[in-house]
Amino acid sequence: MKKLSVIAAGAALIAFAAGDAQAQATLDAIKKRGQVICGVSQSLPGFANPDAQGNWAGFDVDMCRAISAAIFGDAKRVKFVPTTAKERFTALQSGEVDLLARNTTWTMSRDVQLGFDFAGINFYDGQGFMAKKSLGVKSALELKGATVCTQTGTTTEQNLADFFRSNKMEYKVVAMEKNDEVLAAYDSGRCDVFTTDRSGLAADRTKLKVPNDHVILPEVISKEPLGPLSRHGDNNWNDIIRWSFFAMLNAEELGVDSKNVDEMKKSANPEIKRLLGVEGDFGKMLNLDNAWAYNIIKLVGNYGETYEKNVGPNTPIGLSRGVNALWSKGGLQYAPPIR
Amino acid sequence: MTTATETHQQKADLPPPAATVGIVGWLRENLFGSVPSTILTLLAAYILYLVVPPLVSWSIINATWTGADSNACKLADGARKDGACWIYIQAWIGGYMYGLYPYDLRWRIDIAAVLAVVMFAPLAIKRLPYKDLYGIAVILLYPVVAYFMFKGFIDFAPGAPGSTDHPWRVVQTDKWGGLALTLLIASVGIIASLPLGVLLALGRRSTMPIVSTFSVLFIELWRGVPLITVLFMSSVMLPLFLPEGVNFDKLLRALIGVTLFSAAYMAEVIRGGLQAIPKGQYEAAMALGLNYPRMMALIVLPQALRYVIPNIVNTFIGLFKDTTLVAIIGMFDLLGAIQLGNADPKWLGFSIEGYAFAAVLYFVFCYGMSRYSQHLERKLHTGHKKR
Amino acid sequence: MAVDVRDTARAPETPFWLDARYRAIMFQVILLVLVVGFAGYIFYNTYQNLQRRGIASGFDFLGSTAGFDIIMHLVPYAASESFGRALLVGLLNTLAVAAIGIVLATILGFVVGVARLSRNWLISRIASIYIEVIRNIPLLLQIIFWYQVLGKSTPGPRQSIDIGGLFFINNRGLYMPAPVTEPGFWLTPVAFAAGVVATIVMHRWARARQMATGQQFPVLWTALGLIFGLPILVLLVTGMPFHWDYPKLQGFNFSGGMVLIPEFISLTFALVIYTGAFIGENVRAGIMAVNHGQTEASYALGLRPGPTLRLVVIPQAMRVIIPPLTSQYLNLTKNSSLATAIGYPDLVAVFAGTVLNQTGQAVECIAITMGVYLFLSLTTSVFMNWFNRRVALKER
Repeated sequence: MKKLSVIAAGAALIAFAAGDAQAQATLDAIKKRGQVICGVSQSLPGFANPDAQGNWAGFDVDMCRAISAAIFGDAKRVKFVPTTAKERFTALQSGEVDLLARNTTWTMSRDVQLGFDFAGINFYDGQGFMAKKSLGVKSALELKGATVCTQTGTTTEQNLADFFRSNKMEYKVVAMEKNDEVLAAYDSGRCDVFTTDRSGLAADRTKLKVPNDHVILPEVISKEPLGPLSRHGDNNWNDIIRWSFFAMLNAEELGVDSKNVDEMKKSANPEIKRLLGVEGDFGKMLNLDNAWAYNIIKLVGNYGETYEKNVGPNTPIGLSRGVNALWSKGGLQYAPPIR
Repeated sequence: MTTATETHQQKADLPPPAATVGIVGWLRENLFGSVPSTILTLLAAYILYLVVPPLVSWSIINATWTGADSNACKLADGARKDGACWIYIQAWIGGYMYGLYPYDLRWRIDIAAVLAVVMFAPLAIKRLPYKDLYGIAVILLYPVVAYFMFKGFIDFAPGAPGSTDHPWRVVQTDKWGGLALTLLIASVGIIASLPLGVLLALGRRSTMPIVSTFSVLFIELWRGVPLITVLFMSSVMLPLFLPEGVNFDKLLRALIGVTLFSAAYMAEVIRGGLQAIPKGQYEAAMALGLNYPRMMALIVLPQALRYVIPNIVNTFIGLFKDTTLVAIIGMFDLLGAIQLGNADPKWLGFSIEGYAFAAVLYFVFCYGMSRYSQHLERKLHTGHKKR
Repeated sequence: MAVDVRDTARAPETPFWLDARYRAIMFQVILLVLVVGFAGYIFYNTYQNLQRRGIASGFDFLGSTAGFDIIMHLVPYAASESFGRALLVGLLNTLAVAAIGIVLATILGFVVGVARLSRNWLISRIASIYIEVIRNIPLLLQIIFWYQVLGKSTPGPRQSIDIGGLFFINNRGLYMPAPVTEPGFWLTPVAFAAGVVATIVMHRWARARQMATGQQFPVLWTALGLIFGLPILVLLVTGMPFHWDYPKLQGFNFSGGMVLIPEFISLTFALVIYTGAFIGENVRAGIMAVNHGQTEASYALGLRPGPTLRLVVIPQAMRVIIPPLTSQYLNLTKNSSLATAIGYPDLVAVFAGTVLNQTGQAVECIAITMGVYLFLSLTTSVFMNWFNRRVALKER
């Protein structure tokens, strides 16, 4: 009857905790829940951006949808959790999200020390700079003494330090937590330059007051291999993410897309047969349905389709394929065969 | 001698000197009483002159009140006009009130608001029978009602028919937002932190060493750290503290953080009230044979709480203002919704208007609460205060 | 639960579960077990989770290279320094805002508190409107608001507002000349310290003399002379061993001199304005708590209003003011953590933000951050309690 506060708090927590079951493999948990929980960027047009009705669209969002299609045969069973650069790793570590598909750079320390597994590189990127045209800057090497806006807690912040240090230039960094805040600071003139991955620069430029007043400088100062990642230790789950991505790449290579996928089922090409689950038990290997890849292609599309739809030259983002073209077309995207 | 007497007639009072009455007198008394006072008055008037006219011209005279889109607030060359752009607020008012809550379900929140008024209105009646019981019942019942109005009843499987258009479909807490979320967090925090604060305060004054030690530790720990670290811990680290696969709602986690934080402050306020109760009250209660819970519930706490009502309301106001911090951990409360609007590509560059509007809204609520507390203080004034 | 009092009094063989002492012990044991069990449960889960997910733990990361820059650092710092150094930078930035904020907010609060009680209608009205408006708007909103206003009302570096060629105001901050010391400068701070010590000694002596003989000594002027005159004299004698480094426009920005970044300015400004309003209320309450008879008695003794306030009212009001003032100071320090919303690199932004994210060691980073704030709070409380006791001792 007396002073029970601490107990009350404790009991409440335990009661909540008891509600759910013990440790489970991620896939089982997802199937039971009926949803994939996918950590995405808060608002990055072309990659992950909610519209006014809260419907998410973008390249990273399609990666999540593909996984949902592979598991459920329904691309809509995804709950999108917007995360800041700062929260994202704790959110994944703590199990708040099943995977991160969020412009996250694959680095050794993240892979090894933070306890994550990267499933692949679905976007080869590099860090660049954006400056106001009125400054008259042509190259990042002319940025001596500049004030640079960046998002805190990113590889961007560290690459920036490396770049200026190795070129023996002084600079000032204004680091903020949310991308929108950084962009607003840059737009209001707090900084001379804005830096992030070049894909992000193209996306963020569309969010400025007068996009055409700003120019993206030619230098690429880092390697930024971006890809989806999951917690270390559940290999089956990581395989599902990885092969969902590879299935999209293989589909593009084999010329299978969302429009012709039903006809392609009748194809004589054994590679296509294996991909679409006509031959072999590749879905079963992943503890999924054999039509897993068929569902991805049918409901979401192949790699090239999602690229063109979200960030390609015909979108406001306007990124050409560049290094993200298939290896057979001079790019870097190369998927191991399904065999 | 004649009988006619000359009665002594008092003459009417002379009017007071012209300089001490009327406007002139008031001015001399209150504004130009002495040389320093005159200098201060002139200085203050100059400051007012610097601040007020530009403010009025920005917010009212030069402001844009009507228009279809942001072009109405801009000059022909695309630069913005001098005055405030209030059509931005008009365009986003729905977002400010409801956040990302589904557009077609906003009526549910409206109903929750109307219900709040209807259910709490009888408490304003002075001689309502069983008013205390009714009050407690409403305070316990309303959150349940509000919860289901916000959340909905029918949890459709993702993709099932009705999952996107049924009027009572479940709306997950990550979609709750705007002023509705601010009020929700504040009221849950207020309702939950008061009893918790009472328990902690009693614990701190307890003669049982372990109980009082834990209470002191708990109170000082929460009071010693900034709320933002508490919220950050509750929002991202709590799942690490629980067994794998166990998790609970982000909003609930933030609520727990806010409540525990505010309970610690509440405990200190209530402890102040407990200390002000004379020992004789305790002794009299014990002499009547009341046990500890009854002594506290019937004799000590009613007096102690009444004594510190203004401070309790101040703590509530503090909690209400502190709800803005959930915007930092990525929830869209009123401040978060304002920031969401400020990032809207269609309305870039009007953030000052958004913040000014939020400031007015917060001021209305907080000032209202503080006036109410002053009213209560006068009403409940039972002569404890030495004057 | 009607425990019959007569029963317990008469019958010593009361069952032990009805005995208040036993129940107290039982209750405490249960509480202890629950709390310890709960703590153990949390600890075990965290440990398990960290193990299972292969997340590194421990405090070794404090020594590894940070790799990011911080815009404002009071000690030398570069990206090649360690995370531990970054922690220090963040802590010092927090302390800088807190210290400056506390001093300015106290001054503002006393001015506003006295102004609110002023007989001048306009002054007291302005003071009370200021207090009511500021206290009822969330601090976070005010910080963001002032930051936006500052950003929008200042020009770019090339159009800086130039004050005498020495100070420049633009949207990168307030630039001003910085003194650069040369050998031999160290004598000046020593002279300053000596001046302060001499002033304290002189003050005691003057008071003792006044008590003994009634003669007054011009303490204020002597003190000013000792504290400011002496260092200036030393400076002149040693031949001005410093020069000014002036800010100059070079490329995009100013270089040289000192700069107060806009994040610092708007954070400090908002904290001072906000906390000043609360302190103003405390000061008002404190002054009101002093019986009016004290003022009248003082007037009767022939003291003028100024000395009355200074010698009679304020010393007594201080006893009422100091406890709430302590909590305002603590609040200001804790509220400085809202810096993270506008990108001022304070402890929370640098350590619980950037470092946490670079290392991924959430538990350690949050624990260190909370520990530091707890330490700051507790030390401030201890100091202010000591000060409070000193002031209260004068009660007779």
